[in-house]
Amino acid sequence: MEIIATKGLKKCLVATVAVAATYLTAPSGVIAGDKDSLTIAYHVSVPAWDPTTGLSSVNPQLQSIYKSVFDQYIDQNPDLSFKPGLLTDWGWNEDRTKVHMTVRSGAKWQDGKTITAQDVVWNLNRASDPASGNPVAGFIWASVGDFEVNGNKITGTVKSYTADYFKWMAFLTGYLIPPHYYEEVGKEGFEKKPMGSGPYMVDKFERGSYVRLKANPYYWGGKPAIENVVFKFVTNPASRIAEIESGSSDLTLNIPFEEYDRLKDKSGLAGVTTPVSDIAMIFFNDVEPFLDANVRKAAVHAVDRNALVDRLLKGYGVPLHTLEAPEYTAYDPSIKVAYDPELAKKLLAKSGFSPSNPVELTIQTTRGYLPKDYEIIQAIVGMWRKVGIEAKIDVYEVAKHYELRAQDTLAPAAFYNWGNSVGDPQDSTGHAMFGPSPHSVWDTDDLDGMIGPLWGERDESRRIAGWKKVSRYIADNAYVLPLYQQVQPVIHRSGLAFTPYVSNFILPHTMGW
Amino acid sequence: MTAASLLRRLLLSVPTLFGVLIINFVLLRVVPGDPIAMMIGPGATPEDIQNLRQIYGLDKSIYQQFLLYLGDFLSGDLGTSISMRQDVVELIVGRLPVTLELALVAIAISLVGIVGLGITASIWKGRWPEVLIDVFSGFVQAVPDFLWALLFILIFGVLWASMPIFGRMDLAVEFDPLTQFYLFESLFRGDLVVFRSILMHILLPALSLALPLIAIGARLLKSSINESMAQDYVQLARVKGFSHFRIVVSQAFPNALIPTVTLTGVQMTFLIGGTVLVERIFGYPGLGNMAIDAVINRDLPLIQGIVLTFAVMFIVLNILIDMTYAFLNPRLRHD
Repeated sequence: MEIIATKGLKKCLVATVAVAATYLTAPSGVIAGDKDSLTIAYHVSVPAWDPTTGLSSVNPQLQSIYKSVFDQYIDQNPDLSFKPGLLTDWGWNEDRTKVHMTVRSGAKWQDGKTITAQDVVWNLNRASDPASGNPVAGFIWASVGDFEVNGNKITGTVKSYTADYFKWMAFLTGYLIPPHYYEEVGKEGFEKKPMGSGPYMVDKFERGSYVRLKANPYYWGGKPAIENVVFKFVTNPASRIAEIESGSSDLTLNIPFEEYDRLKDKSGLAGVTTPVSDIAMIFFNDVEPFLDANVRKAAVHAVDRNALVDRLLKGYGVPLHTLEAPEYTAYDPSIKVAYDPELAKKLLAKSGFSPSNPVELTIQTTRGYLPKDYEIIQAIVGMWRKVGIEAKIDVYEVAKHYELRAQDTLAPAAFYNWGNSVGDPQDSTGHAMFGPSPHSVWDTDDLDGMIGPLWGERDESRRIAGWKKVSRYIADNAYVLPLYQQVQPVIHRSGLAFTPYVSNFILPHTMGW
Repeated sequence: MTAASLLRRLLLSVPTLFGVLIINFVLLRVVPGDPIAMMIGPGATPEDIQNLRQIYGLDKSIYQQFLLYLGDFLSGDLGTSISMRQDVVELIVGRLPVTLELALVAIAISLVGIVGLGITASIWKGRWPEVLIDVFSGFVQAVPDFLWALLFILIFGVLWASMPIFGRMDLAVEFDPLTQFYLFESLFRGDLVVFRSILMHILLPALSLALPLIAIGARLLKSSINESMAQDYVQLARVKGFSHFRIVVSQAFPNALIPTVTLTGVQMTFLIGGTVLVERIFGYPGLGNMAIDAVINRDLPLIQGIVLTFAVMFIVLNILIDMTYAFLNPRLRHD
């Protein structure tokens, strides 16, 4: 009797499991692969929607999503050059004491209301208001004020000249939000249901999980080719790889290069790598032993950038000798610092150091925050050791890096990734190397004396020439160790027309099937 | 557990929570990582930085900040998230059910696994099913939950793409929930399409969390049953002619439950802690996933709120375990 009961139980269990498995694994609604839709396995999630204030507004990795929903004053082409956004015309007067802008006619917010010049001025004033929480309110946005509106034309008075004012209109926090809507729903209401004038509208936002966008029928640039876009926030690289490999997503990025090489050759998938506006570098601090020019120069000459890129990054990087990438305005290809370990040894010998009597220092790095960051530093430490520099690696989180950098208490050497998607020298060499900047690490009067006057230089060609001179001076004196330009690996479904951007943007409205 | 002892436990949890509050607050301000330093853009001036400190109340001394925080806490306000710009209580209330649902499903899977494997190993003691279960338990115990998560993604997401590996439900499925308990709500509403989608999405993360618990629990249950099998009442049952199966299930098993419940309860706290990484790997929008973002962004009010919530969950869980223990062991009901 008991045996029969057990057998019956077993059969019942097997049947239940079979039915459940069939039911659960049967296909259900799938978005990826649908030609009207695009699913992106994105590497970061959107914490907040206001693109002009707070922590998220200065996170370069969120800009692709912000640019899909909000317009910028000025837009950018894939090669970093500028093009009209909500402003169709902009510029300075002769002596650069006034600015003028023209607001695009007929552009609308996502609720169908017309965007007026007053709306633009409201946004500019809000950005410059310290109480708004715009992280660059003072330096950038408050540099121009007293705006006057005449039809769709705006004029403003320059309070303190900054040459990259208009470039910031295509950069971090340079977005517009609808004043009438923001004032109606308030800060928290806006976070729950954001609205802009960009190519897509937020259809559904599940915090920490995904955002679903729908094409904006009012978009001044024409309705995007792909109607529905989902950004899934897949922060784990292994999960992103699984997403694209399983067909659950149509596009992903920020994956290890080894995986990129494997996936790009897979049937049904295609890969694109683009050098982007991120520069891997090592900050030198003006503390011992780097106050000794021989040690600094030796540390730079000892590093074989080509070997780092070829062996550790599998060729996915562009060796650099300054903090200016080839796409930047002040890039000077003639500035080169030779890889010369023998010269490095000689320089160290002048200061009494050798491989048997090395100079000791600490180098700080993140581990896993950037592609191969720790491995790159390990390799550099090995190169240094051969010439007589013994470096101890201190691994920290990027949050600690920011804190130490703001306090100017970084170790003599610290690995970092500097992003500058507008390509102006002020926003790379300038802020990274000018002593009074909260971001700089090297802080000496000679360099500050060269950089200082360039902030106010109104002649553009003289300004760019000045920055090139600064880059050469920095390279000659080894005040920083630029390493390479980062490369972004993107894997997407075959058949998707994907446009890579040097600014590292993933813009669905520029794509199509 | 009597009402008085329950009240005593609840009162004792107040100083525990207060301790967590203080340690949490001080620790977060001592460890490296300044949220303002992460926020300042390339062009920020010292005035911009000072202004941001003022906006987020970080310009005051730690002592002043704590007093303000305590005052707000007592009035039920945990502050505003620096990174998400939303009320912390609202954010936690929105995410907590997601994690609770995941944890409950994981616990349910664990209980089924523990009881099933524990009893099976005892019934077939010394034979191949017991050996197989022992090997399985040893192997599972050696692998942490997040590795199971990655393994499941590889197996069910890539090699045999049959299960969803991201999120909480299919994005194509329309569901307008009233609560954040999607699984229970869809079942309660009888919406089987939504229920299936949510169940499919919760299975792998829940299984990743449950496996280590099953391994430990099944081993303990098996040895507890085996110990009980040597007791006099089991001998009596044998004399009465009860079958081996019946003796294990109806005589030894209930008495073997007490140590298993105790250990399983302790392990459940690890399970809840494990949701942090597992949610991250599966892109599951729970409290754990949000905790990682909060830590990355040094979002002090949000981290404080989440740690407090986890602390409350652990306290409640411990009280529940004690209550279950008392329920299973009548001698404790009168302590």
